[in-house]
This record gives sequence, structure tokens and C-alpha cells, in this order.
Amino acid sequence: MSERQIQLEVLRYNPETDSEPRFQTYSVPCLNEWVVLDALNYVKDNLDTTLSYRWSCHMAVCGSCGMMVNGEPKLACKAFIHEYGDQIRVEPLANFPIERDLVTVVEDFIAKLASVKPYLIPKEDKPVSAGEFKQTPAQLLTFKQYTLCINCMLCYAACPQYGLVPEFIGPAAIALAHRYNQDSRDGGRDERQEVIASHEGVWECSFVGACSEVCPKHVDPAGALQQVKVASTIDWYKEHLMPWVKK
Amino acid sequence: MEIIKTDVAIVGAGGAGLRAAIALAEADPKLRIALVSKVYPMRSHTCAAEGGAAGVIKSDDSLDLHFNDTVGGGDWLCDQDAVEYFINEAPKELIQLEHWGCPWSREPNGSVAVRPFGGMKIKRTWFAADKSGFHILHTLFQTSLKYPSIQRFDEYYVTDLLVDDGRCQGFTALEIRSGEMRQFQAGAVIIAAGGAGRMFPFTTNGAIKTGDGMALAYRAGAPLKDMEFVQYHPTGLPNNGILLTEGCRGEGGILLNKHGRRYLQDYGMGPETPVGQPVLKTMELGPRDRLSQSFWHEQQKGNTVSTRWGDCVLLDMRHLGEKKINERLPFVRDLSISYLGMDPVKEPIPIRPVVHYCMGGIHTDIKAATPLPGLFAAGECACVSINGANRLGSNSLTELLVFGRRAALSAIDHLQSGLPASKDAVLAAQAQDSAGRIQALFDKNGGTESISGLRSEMMHTMEEGAGIYRTGEGLAATCEKLAELRQRYAGIEIHDKSRVYNTDLMQALELGSMLDCAEAAAVGARDRQESRGAHQRLDFTARDDQKFLKHSLAYYHPKEPARIEYLDVVITKSQPGVRDYSGAKK
Repeated sequence: MSERQIQLEVLRYNPETDSEPRFQTYSVPCLNEWVVLDALNYVKDNLDTTLSYRWSCHMAVCGSCGMMVNGEPKLACKAFIHEYGDQIRVEPLANFPIERDLVTVVEDFIAKLASVKPYLIPKEDKPVSAGEFKQTPAQLLTFKQYTLCINCMLCYAACPQYGLVPEFIGPAAIALAHRYNQDSRDGGRDERQEVIASHEGVWECSFVGACSEVCPKHVDPAGALQQVKVASTIDWYKEHLMPWVKK
Repeated sequence: MEIIKTDVAIVGAGGAGLRAAIALAEADPKLRIALVSKVYPMRSHTCAAEGGAAGVIKSDDSLDLHFNDTVGGGDWLCDQDAVEYFINEAPKELIQLEHWGCPWSREPNGSVAVRPFGGMKIKRTWFAADKSGFHILHTLFQTSLKYPSIQRFDEYYVTDLLVDDGRCQGFTALEIRSGEMRQFQAGAVIIAAGGAGRMFPFTTNGAIKTGDGMALAYRAGAPLKDMEFVQYHPTGLPNNGILLTEGCRGEGGILLNKHGRRYLQDYGMGPETPVGQPVLKTMELGPRDRLSQSFWHEQQKGNTVSTRWGDCVLLDMRHLGEKKINERLPFVRDLSISYLGMDPVKEPIPIRPVVHYCMGGIHTDIKAATPLPGLFAAGECACVSINGANRLGSNSLTELLVFGRRAALSAIDHLQSGLPASKDAVLAAQAQDSAGRIQALFDKNGGTESISGLRSEMMHTMEEGAGIYRTGEGLAATCEKLAELRQRYAGIEIHDKSRVYNTDLMQALELGSMLDCAEAAAVGARDRQESRGAHQRLDFTARDDQKFLKHSLAYYHPKEPARIEYLDVVITKSQPGVRDYSGAKK
């Protein structure tokens, strides 16, 4: 197995001792099939036990290890060493405050996720004893893509608008709201629209599309945002120009 | 130290913890619920489960069939009253999840689809493509946001249970972000903190699966049950252990040795079935223990394929075609291409068995109650036991739901039993002791042992002595090594002296948990002189119902090895028989 010496430049910041972040470079012998996370684990196990970062599944589904790799938001467990040169720079996810080293403060994201009521608000009440709701594969397909979000927050790190306007609810949360709005079992769209069709909601998006480009799960939050915008516009016309038409 | 007073505190916010929290919130909105986890809920390892969740829903299926598959699959070590409760509740829980929005895969008519799984006689595995655990976890997490009474404490590491007056009354936890200790007082505690697969070097388990919940209960006096039963999943990617779901074989994937032979027919799972037409409960749809053991034999015979990642066999899915693979196994394709550079549509994928699941765990009764009053457990960290000596694929996701809810109901019963007031001073003193142990780790300088060094020695000795096939000699060596490592653990030093998000400290605590769990598993395995399910001894090759139709219970001692006692298995209607996975008579 071919091995390559990588200079891993890692942003370090300890709020107890550092006035500002700095970079520390580690020389790491990497196998070509490794991912950046493997290199970080090598550092942690062999070179420097004080380095802090989040990780768990190592298979791009738990969403823990989002970070900037050479300036781009990536999952460290899916950023392959062979796609980079001999120098790799690793920083915490952009647009989030740094807690410590590569660990960011994510409370804002969690609160935004919760704010869009990301749960089924059933159209009809049905006891469990009455069995499942029917949903055809075609109905499932209308929202399936938006269920695939792993909450890794890469889209927030890529979003220029979230960087400028921190109140913006942001791509993943809006995509999740859209996911439930599109679900044939759901009747909660009006409740969610109050949050996501607001100024801090979809209208803040400038449709750069960076969110969809960096999404490791191909959720396409930009697509969801546009669909919500269109739907909100129709709501507005119905409400203001055709008040006799009920939504 | 800040004190957080709650009615029920839950350790772990994966599938079982979230299900318990929701059940508590629904039962009584006035209950104060603390959901405490070392990671944000959606990072929990439930997310990595791929294949699906078993529950009887179709008209060709029956509860009896699910019962028989589970009990036989577990080599008769399951408690049959628990299995009966489990299979009865399973369909309700899966429908409940559907009502909460889980995007289950569907039949053309809109009803929930089911797929075949290993060891199951009927198709009964509900699935959401090949990301079932992920969708279950996110559905539960998102649903939990509806309930204001569920107060989350994300990224808190629980260090010790508080036990006074003979009952569990809370725990101490470290807020990882600040490094500060907190005391949680609770009328009841539910542990739902997952398994301990990380005590092995090659595992499907994420970094967080370090047996912390098991160790918490164990150290507080609750025994660990059947820890010697560790499941190897037969199909992991050889370079990093990433799981390729049993759904690969359920959909029709086949296993080949280096001669292109479907070798499972040589290990009592034949005759060969037509390619692309899987037959339930035979060949590739045999149970995981048998499949992993067959790999070992093929390796001994020199029939495995040599790869740069070691010996493998081949999982061939090419005949399924691109369309079916994309629809049913998209994640498997993505993982194979990304991490191995091989596309299952175009070529067979080299795979080998990989540590996947702990059948054993915190001893609970059928109501998810541990022997320590006030302490309940559910999910992989618990041993009810419905999984016996070998869990059937797709029973564990359902188990999270059924026993997560059950633990919540039992916790409520416990609260209503009229608990005497807590002695705050006693709990405070215990909490101070716990904080003192953490402080001592910080204060210590000049340690002689490295955390990663001890961890790798532990993993190595577990693989050496407590792998797919075991011997008395090998296990004795592993037990001795683990006793040594537990001693040497006292020599570790935390180099990171910062309070803020100190992962050096986390890894030290996690290593301590794993060492305790590993020792319980190795001692249990050494003393179980028979072969049953996932526990296979080369020196005791037969199942011995006379002596070992029993659960092992490991009791903790801080310095001595685990003390093992035995408990009879609950048999209600299925007497131990022969596990027959040959298709011949069917």
C-alpha cells in the first residue's frame, strides 16, 4: 500500500490559553486510501493527544466530522487523501464559532432545526391499532431526497447568506421543513410556513446554490428553497389577489 | 456543583433513549425528563444501521413464526417470555414510527414493504432503503422536538451512578463543553447508551461505542449478562470494517470463495439456491453466526481471496442489476465505491466478518428493570434477553423501540411506588467523590501508560482470544492480559489539561469503560465451556444444555476479575432443538 508523508496543517485554538487561533503542522505518514479523518486519528493516537475534533461513524452518516479541508466544507471521513496534494489544511466549519480546535459551537443550528417544526403534523388522527398510513412509492419520492440530510452543517458553512445574516434559518432546516410539507401524511404546512416563509426564512436566500454543491448526501437544499419560495409566492397571490380562494 | 433535579434521567439519546423519552413525555407531560448524551442525538450509532427492523405485518406471517426464528436464531439462549413480549409489541412500534413520519419503503399499493433477512423464515423486515437506522433515529429525534418536557443535555458524559438507600437516584456527568461536573438527581435512571464493539480492532461500530453505559451499571453493582456473545457481521468492507447490510443478501447477493463456489453449501446451509432467487433461512440467508464461522473455516482451508487488506470472500451482487441496487441498496453502492473504489454493479466486493453487536449487556428483566432498583436499561447496552446467543438481523432496531418504551413505563411505575425523599447530603458526597476522580486524572503528571497504547493492546488481545473461534488457552491468555491492562490503566496520564472539550479525558474514560466490559466478556467466554451461537469453542465444540442453558452474570470488582454466576434461561414453549438452516427438507 503506497504511503505518503502529508503535512497536515491544523487550526488549533484553546479558549483557556490562546488569545486567537493558530496553525500547527503535523507530519503524518498516510496511506493513499485514507481519509483526512484517518490522518487526524493518527495525530491523536501518535503525535498529539491534545487535539480535539468530533467524529464517530467513519462512514458519512452520523454527520459529526464536518470541517473545512483546504477551505472547502467536507466530512473528514469522506475527504480522501488521494484527492489532495502533500499539504492539507484543516479548519473548523466556517460560519460557526470555534469552541476548541476543530470543534464548533452548533447550538444555533440545532435551535433553527427545531424551529421549523420538523415532525409529522398528521392530516388525520389515526390510532396505531388502525394500521399504517398508505403512501405510494411515487408519493414517497416527492420528499425522499429531503429526508437524507445528516445534519452535518456543511451547507451552513458554504452558505454566503448565513455568513452575512446569522438569523437566516438556513438550507438544512428549510429543506427539512419542506420534507414534511411534501409528505402525503402531513397537514402542518401552514404552521411551518409562518417560520420558513418569513424574512429570516427562504427570502433571505440569494440562490447561490453552494449548499447543494457541498452536500455529501445530495439532498439539494437549494432546490427545496426554491420550491418553498414558489409555494410561498402562490400563497401570497392567493391571499392578496384572490382572497376568495382558500389555501 | 450544579444540581439538576428531574423525574427520569436517560443516559444515551440514540434510538432507545429517544423512544424512552417520547414515551415518558406522552405518558405524563408534567414529568421532568433529562435526556443526557455524550453526543448530539443524531450522531448516535443507531444512524449506522442499514437493513431494517423486524415486525409481523403481512398476512403470510405470524407471531409464532417470528418467535421461532428469534429463539432458534439465538440458539435457545433467549428468554422466551421476553421474546413473546417483543414480537407482540414489534408491529405496534413500527406502525407508531410510521405515524411519526418514518419514510419506510413501500409496495406499489402504498403499504409498507418488507424484505428478507438472515435467519427469518418469512419476509418481515421493514426497511427505509438501506438507511433504516438513520431514518429511525432522525424520525425519533425530530419527533422528540415536539415535547417541551424533554430537556436535552447534549455532549454530557455520565461518569458515575448515584446509589443510596439501595436504589439508583441519579448520576454525575461532565459537561464536555465546559469541563464542569453536574449532579443529576432523578427518581429513575434509564441507561440506553449502546454497545461496546470498540473493544475490538475491526468493527462496524463508530468511535462512540465504548460500553460506557454498560460500565456505569456494572460498577454500580448491576451484573452484565451474556457478555461473551459478540456478533460478527459476515459482510464488512475489509479495509475499514464499514458494514454492507444483510439486505445485500436479502435482495439476492451471493457469497463466493476464491474458486467461485458458494461455499455456504459446505457448512450445512445448502443445497445451493438459484442465483438471484434467495430462499429464506438457507444459504446466504442463514444467520450471522453461521456465516461468519463459515468464513473462518474457508480461511483455514485456504479458500479465501488474498487482498491487501487480508483474507476475504466475495459478495457478488452484479446479477441484481443497476436499477435494483440503486433502489434498494444505494448506500451500499456509495460506500463500496467511495471507500473501496469498487462498484457492486460491476464487480464482486471483497468482504470479511467484522465485530458488529453485543448480544450481552446490562442484566434486565422483561420489564427492562435491572436488579438495582430505580435503574432501567434498553437497547444494545441491555440484555433482556431476546437475542440469546446470536441476534437475528433486524431484531435490534425493533428492540430499541419496544424496550425503550418499556423502560419508560417501568420508570413511571417506579416513580409511582412512593419513593422516600433523597438524602441530598449523601448524594452530594458521592458526586464530590466522582468529581474528585476526574480531578485526580487532571492533577496527575508523569504517567507511564498511553491511552492509545493500552487501547490497542486491549483490542489486539480481544481479537486474538475472543474472536469468532475461541479456545480455553487463548481465553485464559486474554483474561490475564486484560487483568494486566486494568492494572496498568492506573498509570495513564491526561496530557491535555484544558477543561474545554477535552477529548483526551474522554478517551481515557472510554478506555476505562471498555476494559471493564472486555474483561467481563473474556471471563464469561473462558468459563462457558460449550459452543452456542456466536460463542464457539474449539475445545468444547458442542452445545451443552445440561450445564450451560444458562445466562452468565458478571459481577464487578475494582481490582479482581469479574465474578461469574449463572441464571436459568426462561423457556416457555420452545425446547432447545437443532438449528436447521439447510434448505434440503423445505
